[in-house]
Amino acid sequence: MDIQTLTYVFVSISFALYIGIAIWARAGTTDDFYVAGHQVHPLANGMATAADWMSAASFISMAGLISFMGSDGAMYLMGWTGGYVLLALLLAPYLRKFGQFTVPDFVGERYYSNTARTVAIICALFVSFTYVAGQMRGVGIVFSRFLEVDITLGVLIGMAIVFFYAVLGGMKGITYTQVAQYCVLIFAFMVPAIFISILMTGNPIPQLGFGSELIADQGVYLLDKLDGLSTELGFGKYTSGNKSTFDMICIVAALMVGTAGLPHVIVRFFTVPKVRDARLSAGYALILIAILYTTAPAVASFARLNLINTVSEANYSATPEWFKNWEAIDLIAWRDKNNDGKIQYVAGDAFKGKPIFTSGNGPSGERLLLNVDGGSVNELYIDQDIMVLANPEIAQLPNWVVALVVAGGLAAALSTAAGLLLVISTSIAHDLFKKMLLPSITDKQELLFARIAVGVAVLIAGYFGINPPGFVAQVVAFAFGLAASTFFPVIFMGIFYKRMNKEGAIAGMISGLVFTASYIIYFKFIDPSANNENHWWFGVSPEGSGTLGMTLNFMVAFTVSSLTAAPPKNVQDLVERIRVPRG
Amino acid sequence: MGDPKQYWKENVGLVVKLLSIWFIVSFGMGILFIDYLNEFQFFGFPFGFWMAQQGSIYVFVALIFFYVVKMNVLDKKFGVQENDDDISVNSVKKDKR
Repeated sequence: MDIQTLTYVFVSISFALYIGIAIWARAGTTDDFYVAGHQVHPLANGMATAADWMSAASFISMAGLISFMGSDGAMYLMGWTGGYVLLALLLAPYLRKFGQFTVPDFVGERYYSNTARTVAIICALFVSFTYVAGQMRGVGIVFSRFLEVDITLGVLIGMAIVFFYAVLGGMKGITYTQVAQYCVLIFAFMVPAIFISILMTGNPIPQLGFGSELIADQGVYLLDKLDGLSTELGFGKYTSGNKSTFDMICIVAALMVGTAGLPHVIVRFFTVPKVRDARLSAGYALILIAILYTTAPAVASFARLNLINTVSEANYSATPEWFKNWEAIDLIAWRDKNNDGKIQYVAGDAFKGKPIFTSGNGPSGERLLLNVDGGSVNELYIDQDIMVLANPEIAQLPNWVVALVVAGGLAAALSTAAGLLLVISTSIAHDLFKKMLLPSITDKQELLFARIAVGVAVLIAGYFGINPPGFVAQVVAFAFGLAASTFFPVIFMGIFYKRMNKEGAIAGMISGLVFTASYIIYFKFIDPSANNENHWWFGVSPEGSGTLGMTLNFMVAFTVSSLTAAPPKNVQDLVERIRVPRG
Repeated sequence: MGDPKQYWKENVGLVVKLLSIWFIVSFGMGILFIDYLNEFQFFGFPFGFWMAQQGSIYVFVALIFFYVVKMNVLDKKFGVQENDDDISVNSVKKDKR
């Protein structure tokens, strides 16, 4: 069968599975809808957390990013896994003991203040909407490349599926679909990785494969070969980094702390029955995430080597079909600067900005571009996001593997989208209406509100998926920066520092929020030309600004709280109570 | 039930120890000393590169499971572990209803 038919088959089967699970796991109460009745087994929660966490970015983009960044790519690997250590040791067990539905709930109760709750709701909504737009876009790209439907139709299909199981099942439906989605996505990620590892090194375990000798080049280690080729083409050694040490530290810290503070991840730990289950399920979650995260750098180096071998000095007319397929949807571009019909792929920008195609074709049949030349002899533009999706084709794996990867990418995007939509709906129905605006509504009415809120959130997310604001990629830094500079410090101090009062927490959250938001908005939107090391404070890039924001948050919070009255007795008792599992 | 203050102290002590290891393998070996460690070959990897892209993640997993086991022991020692029939009754929310 051809790739497209196989893709339809795989995607249909996986979608049918998700719908089946949704019908089986309907939600009857708000407890079911928000936290799956606190009845989820720790292993199931670990799988659901892993799928919730691993988004289109982890599945589709991360290995590609590492592939182009080399050693510096470790920032994503350490940042997005190390956060789980913080989550397991500092937050999850205590939040489970606290036992309510959401992060704003905790902030509101612990800091006995609706102002604090409101700030938390705003942050939760902002972080979640930012994130969900990216997921829907991912669904659209996958559909348009592999099923040859319009991006719009692709997004609509994705919306319909998420709508169905999120509205029907709430957290309960989402949890069990995420368990299934974890299985699909990890299988889809591992199969091509194992295949390629065997083909290139003879070692079936990718984690070991990228430290092995090449089959094609006996006695030469894969990474040594890659270092050699990269240096030759002017990219610098693959295994050594370019970023400044301090910036690297700030970015990794912001990603770690941001991960621990993301509301859609935290809320998963409300779903297990006990405190000790919350600890254990964080462990399961990380081990299941680590399977993908330790494979990704292997995939990155395989893909890098394969890519260089395939395109460097190759005749354009002789390039494989995948090359032209990606060019057709604007994600690869080639300009034959020296008119030799061959692809020169070296360091530097081939041209300025993203490719803008004209309708004409060049002498070799390539699509012509309007862009101004970059200052390099490099002729090739490759969108980093395509590496994972293109990898099986670059390595000439069988068609069914390609189809499987498509189903996996969709599973990753949909599972994360669903988790985020639930946070949005809970923030609105529970935190905003039930806790603040309309406290008298019944459980049944609140459930209806929650369902309507999910529905509306799906529509808004879909709108952003179809008409992506040009800044989706930039705002991801936002989501982590905000989570790091607002949620993590307030929750952490709420548990570990009994003396922290509402004045300190609110002042801290607002200063962290304002600082990080201004830093990112200034460098990403107001004056992007100043976005370089010479203008950054302490040499910290906007991606790492969450670390500065967090530090500021802690300092302001401590200062303000030491100058104002201690929190009331009942709040101090609450802190005592969440510190012990029993009672 | 043992002294909750002592329980908390031992809990925080454990967390501090584990987070020190967390810091050393990621920020220490994976970033600060990566260039130095890269001078050592670890199978087909420069060692610093391996720590940053593989080793630190394995250590993270080990840290959480070590914490889980240690905390279960600590809970029992102070008699604050949850009973099997406590499911979701222990939450603050239910206390209030």
